[in-house]
Amino acid sequence: MDTILQFFGTNGSEMLYKTWEHLYISVIAALLGILIAVPLGVALTRFPKGAGFVMGVLGVIQTVPSFAILAFFIPLLGVGKTPAIIALFFYSVLPILRNTYTGVSGVQKSLLEAGRGMGMTGWERIRLVEVPLAIPVIMAGIRLSTVYLIGWATLASFIGGGGLGDYIFSGLNLYQPEFIIAGAVPVTILALLTDLLLGKVEGWVTPAGMKKMREAA
Amino acid sequence: MLKFDHVSKVYKGGKRAVHDLNLEISKGEFICFIGPSGCGKTTTMKMINRLIEPTEGKIFINGVNIMDSDPVQLRREIGYVIQQIGLFPHMTIQENISLVLRLLKVPEEQRRTRARELLTLVDMTPDYLEKYPHELSGGQQQRIGVLRALAADQPLILMDEPFGALDPITRESLQEEFKKLQRKLDKTIVFVTHDMDEALKLADRIVIMKDGQIVQCDTPDEILRNPANEFVEEFIGKDRLVQARPNIQTVGQIMNPSPITITGERTLSEAIQLMKQHRVDSLLVVDELKVLQGYIDVQMIDQNRKKASFVREVVDTEIFTVSKRALVRDTIRKILKMGMKYVPVVDDKHRLVGIVTRASLVDIVYDSIWGVDDLSKIG
Repeated sequence: MDTILQFFGTNGSEMLYKTWEHLYISVIAALLGILIAVPLGVALTRFPKGAGFVMGVLGVIQTVPSFAILAFFIPLLGVGKTPAIIALFFYSVLPILRNTYTGVSGVQKSLLEAGRGMGMTGWERIRLVEVPLAIPVIMAGIRLSTVYLIGWATLASFIGGGGLGDYIFSGLNLYQPEFIIAGAVPVTILALLTDLLLGKVEGWVTPAGMKKMREAA
Repeated sequence: MLKFDHVSKVYKGGKRAVHDLNLEISKGEFICFIGPSGCGKTTTMKMINRLIEPTEGKIFINGVNIMDSDPVQLRREIGYVIQQIGLFPHMTIQENISLVLRLLKVPEEQRRTRARELLTLVDMTPDYLEKYPHELSGGQQQRIGVLRALAADQPLILMDEPFGALDPITRESLQEEFKKLQRKLDKTIVFVTHDMDEALKLADRIVIMKDGQIVQCDTPDEILRNPANEFVEEFIGKDRLVQARPNIQTVGQIMNPSPITITGERTLSEAIQLMKQHRVDSLLVVDELKVLQGYIDVQMIDQNRKKASFVREVVDTEIFTVSKRALVRDTIRKILKMGMKYVPVVDDKHRLVGIVTRASLVDIVYDSIWGVDDLSKIG
C-alpha cells in the first residue's frame, strides 16, 4: 500500500497527464474513424458491388500487425502523436464501416420506397430514415472500435506518441512491475469507462420509437 | 387531369412491362388497375410519380409532362400509399402523418394541427399522435398510411394494393371508410389491386390489364354486364358475373316504365273502366306534371261509390315509393318484408317514372338462376 501511495506521490501528476494523452490519441483516432467510416459506409450501400471489394481491402489492412503499421508510418510522417493517431485511425475504420454498411443495408426496402414515393431526396432518406434506423448497429461498431483503440493506443508510445504505453514499456524494459501496473490498470479502467459512456450515448441517440419497439418485442 | 399518351416501358433485358398504353383519367375519379401479377399494373402506377420512368410516350398531369418536372417535387405533390404500409418506426404517428409537410418545410406548429385534423377523418383520437407505429394494429397503421398521403392535400393519390396485407374484416371496413373519404375529399385516386371484389366496390372505372396492355377499361357495372373478352370474363369469375347481376342493377333498370295511371280529376267510373281495360286492381294517381299523388284500388272505389264521384276524393296518399337509383336488392327486400304488391318508382322531383311489381321480381329471379343468355337460347 505504501509503495502505491509513494508511486502516486512521485508520478501522480505525470500519470494524469499520460492518461489524458492516451485518451486524446484514441479519441481523436476514433473520431476520425467515425468521420470517414460512417459516410463511407452509407456511400457503399449505394454500390453494393464495390462494397465487398472495399471491405476486403480494409480487412487485409486490419490483419497487418499494428507494430508494422506504426513502423510503416515513421518514414512517412516521422514520430510523435500525429502518426500514432493516423495509424490507429486505420484500425478504427473497419468495424465502424462494416457496421454502418450492415445497419444501413438492413433498413427495410419498403421504408425506402415509401420515402422515395413521398418525395424524399437521397440525402433526406439518409438523414431521416436510414441513419436513424441504423443507429444502434452503427453505435455498436463505434463502441467496439473505440474500446479497441484505447488498448492499441499503448503502442503509440513506440513512435513517441506518448500515453500510458510509456509506463508499460518502461516497466518492461527496466523490470519494474509497478510501472507496468501503473500503465495497464488505467488503460483498462479507461476502456471500461469509455464503453460505459458510449453505451449511454447509444441510448441517447437511438430514436425513442425504436427503443420502445425493442422493449415491446 | 392525368393522361397516358402511348406510354411504354421496356426493362433492361428487353422485358416489355407496359405496351403502348393510352388512358385519360379525370379529376375526382377513382381508377382501379387490376390484372394478374406481371401484367404491368404496378409499373403503370409507378410511372406516374416517376419511381419508374417510361421508355416511350408521355404522361401528363394537368397538362404538364411529368418528365419536365423535378421528380422530388412531383412526388411531394402526389400521395403515395404502399402495401407494406411503410410507416417509419422511429417517428411518432404525428411525425409520420406530417412527413411530407416537413419535407415541404411547413412550420412545426402547422404540421401538428394538420396531423390532428387528419386523425379525426378516420375517427382516431388525438392521443394516438404521440404513439409509435408498432403500438397500432395493422388496420390503424394503414389508416395512418392513407392520412400520410393526404397530409399535403395532394389532389392525386397513388395506392399500391394498400389493403392487401390486412385481414379480410379490417380490409372490408377500411375499404368502406376510404371510399367515403374519397367522396368527401374529391381526390383523384389510382389504385392497384388484384382483388376483383375490391375493385368492383371502390372503383368508378376499372382498368383490366394483361401483358402490359389494357384489355378493358369501363365502369364496374359495364364490365360485369359486358366483359370485353374471355380473359376478362375469366378474371371476373363466372360466379361473380351471375351473382352480381341482380345486385348491381338499380330499380330504374328493371322497372316497368309505363304504369297505369289516372289523374285526380277523373271520375270513379272512369277509373273502374281503366282497371278493367288493363286487368289491374289498383291505379296510381298523378297530377298533370306526373307527380305521384297516391293510389286507388278496387276496394276503395267499392266502399266509396255512393259518397264520392271523383278519384281525388278517395285517393290514399300514404304510399311507399323508391327512387329509380335505389338498388334492386334493397327494393326486393322491402317489397317482400312489407308485403306490398307493387312499388311505384319516382325520380328526384317525386314524378312517377315506373313501377316494380311482383311480376318484375319473378323476372329477376329467373334471370339470376338461368341467366339472360340461356333464356335467349331457349327462346
